[in-house]
Amino acid sequence: MANMAQAVRMALHYAEENLGVTDIFGEDVGAPLGGVFTATQGLKTAWNSPLDERGIIGMAIGLAMAGSKPVAEIQFADYIYNTIDLLKIAGNTCWATHGDWNLPMVVKTPVGSGIRGSIYHSHSFDATATHIPGWKIVIPSNPLDAYGLMISACQEINPVMYLEPKALLRIKGEERIPGEPEDDKLLSKMIDAPLGDRTQWKPQWPQLEAYAVPIGKGKVVRAGAQVTVVSYGRTLPLCKKAADDLANEGVDAEVIDMRTLWPYDWELIKGSVEKTGRVLYVNEDTEVTNFGEHLVRRTVEELFYKLMAPPRLLAGKFVPGIGLADTLEMASVPQQGDITSAIRSLASEQP
Amino acid sequence: MPKPRLLNRDEDSLPLERELLVRMHDLMVKARVLEERLIQMYKQGHGYFWIGGPGEEAFNVPLGLLMKKGQGPAYDYLHAHYRQSATMMALGEEPIGALRQMKNVAADPYSGGRNFAGHFSKREWNIAPVSSPIEVQYVMAPGTALAQKRHGGDGITIVTGGDAGTAEGDFASCLVWSSRPGNELPLLIIVTNNKWGISTPAAGQHGETHVADRGKAFNIRTKTIDGNDPINAYLELKEAMEYVRKERKPFLMEALVSRLYGHSSASGANFVGNEQDCLAAFEERLEKQGILTRKEMDELRNRYTEDMAAMARQVREEPLPAPETIWNHIFAERK
Repeated sequence: MANMAQAVRMALHYAEENLGVTDIFGEDVGAPLGGVFTATQGLKTAWNSPLDERGIIGMAIGLAMAGSKPVAEIQFADYIYNTIDLLKIAGNTCWATHGDWNLPMVVKTPVGSGIRGSIYHSHSFDATATHIPGWKIVIPSNPLDAYGLMISACQEINPVMYLEPKALLRIKGEERIPGEPEDDKLLSKMIDAPLGDRTQWKPQWPQLEAYAVPIGKGKVVRAGAQVTVVSYGRTLPLCKKAADDLANEGVDAEVIDMRTLWPYDWELIKGSVEKTGRVLYVNEDTEVTNFGEHLVRRTVEELFYKLMAPPRLLAGKFVPGIGLADTLEMASVPQQGDITSAIRSLASEQP
Repeated sequence: MPKPRLLNRDEDSLPLERELLVRMHDLMVKARVLEERLIQMYKQGHGYFWIGGPGEEAFNVPLGLLMKKGQGPAYDYLHAHYRQSATMMALGEEPIGALRQMKNVAADPYSGGRNFAGHFSKREWNIAPVSSPIEVQYVMAPGTALAQKRHGGDGITIVTGGDAGTAEGDFASCLVWSSRPGNELPLLIIVTNNKWGISTPAAGQHGETHVADRGKAFNIRTKTIDGNDPINAYLELKEAMEYVRKERKPFLMEALVSRLYGHSSASGANFVGNEQDCLAAFEERLEKQGILTRKEMDELRNRYTEDMAAMARQVREEPLPAPETIWNHIFAERK
């Protein structure tokens, strides 16, 4: 099975061949590197930009204005913060012009912890991104969704923020991408750039098929009746595993992958919480003014009388960064054990 | 301020056709009267904030006249700032739109009552939305220029902003992105230098002799011009635009202009007597050369003044946007 970086690459290949994507660009996005996580290797429209995040976002806005279809990359989400006002402008352009201009552009950026990236390569962006109206925001947790969400992002006529959980970029999927060869080694040989001299290398793309994960639709990844666990990105597989493990203790947890943070699938969450009466939101962004806090507020306001226990949020600690030492990173963002404990605790709470 | 490198043109000759001179004058008057009406509306409480470009007509009118107007990369893009009503008038825009935006009525054609005066936007003519944060337009302009370079043809991108904003990194980004070797962009980068940033004089903030000099480090062709002389501005813009159209490379132009009513309503919006008035100076020349009489020019101004007063009265009666329209256009929808 393809890993997430390969899935993103294949989706972008599909998009430049079939969906009108004209530019895939950013720092080290083009040859020879093809992105620091290799997600843009071998793409025909990929090019290297100056080392200038504001320039990258500005270029994407201008290209989108002129009818091109850009996919811009900010190498790490930590460096997207100095473009916030441009992101705000991209998000408000349609509204501010009373619908006259729309910006069909995609901004992709790796987010979160998990690669021992220290203070400036571990930040999340979901709370900040969801605070900028006018953007659609997606975050996959497996390669197939990564493929399908990128296809949808490239089909959009509005700005789409595509958040890549960097801890998952090297994880292989459990489902095959439509058109992906059955042999992983063969896939790697076809589309992974060789080490060393790449000047003569060209990828051999598989015959990929259109597969779109609709923006705004979440997914129940594990059905359950006692507790609802809502997550996305890096923490989603941890939630799934925690739920599977807890089944042995008699805790039957339902796990929802949001997949899109805006506009999000409230109906899916609501239906599940009405069924279970208990909900835990899990993400790794810092916990103060966290996107999960919004979900908790909405849960309280709309579902209060359906709840058997207070809704909970398990998120990253409100500290200025993630320290490099293993112990520091592990203590800063939710880990497997934290999630298991939180679900167990919520499941056993009595009114 | 060091003496600008002005073109040494003969003040007594008018090297443009009479018809063009009369047209430029007409548009300068129209734009001036519009701005004065907008200021009056603000002072009468028919708007919350005024910002505009009275004093820049001599540069902005020729710019509008020389643009290749249309939609899409075959035509010129303008990433404007908020002092360019004269460019809009020269492109053929009706002044009532600006009045509607000042009064923030539902019929405001640029933002539906959502944005400040002078914040134009018109996709049909490639006028990119004007934003209040200064200088951000400089970082977007290379995007439309790249699309045009690829598209072919002679369409160019024009970006304008003020001198104070060149302190922002986005101005440097524009120079970097438009001049990458092998990827030079058809981008006319304009800085209208009125020597002020709200209340702060440029002299104490900017060490460069001319803003345009900054382009030299990037091998960008540059020029500092007198933007208070419409004939000079027309000829200089024409030459610069022809270069960008043909060579598909950037050009950095610094135009020295006046700021006749200060920065905005934030600084009072009162007439500043010690700035050169480009319209008065132009009228003096037109009269001296026998192109137009004082009477004709006065009549023109009176006619526009009456027209726009009537428009302002009309706009006052128009409805504000309905509250529920805040939910419209957050996202574009496929038609």
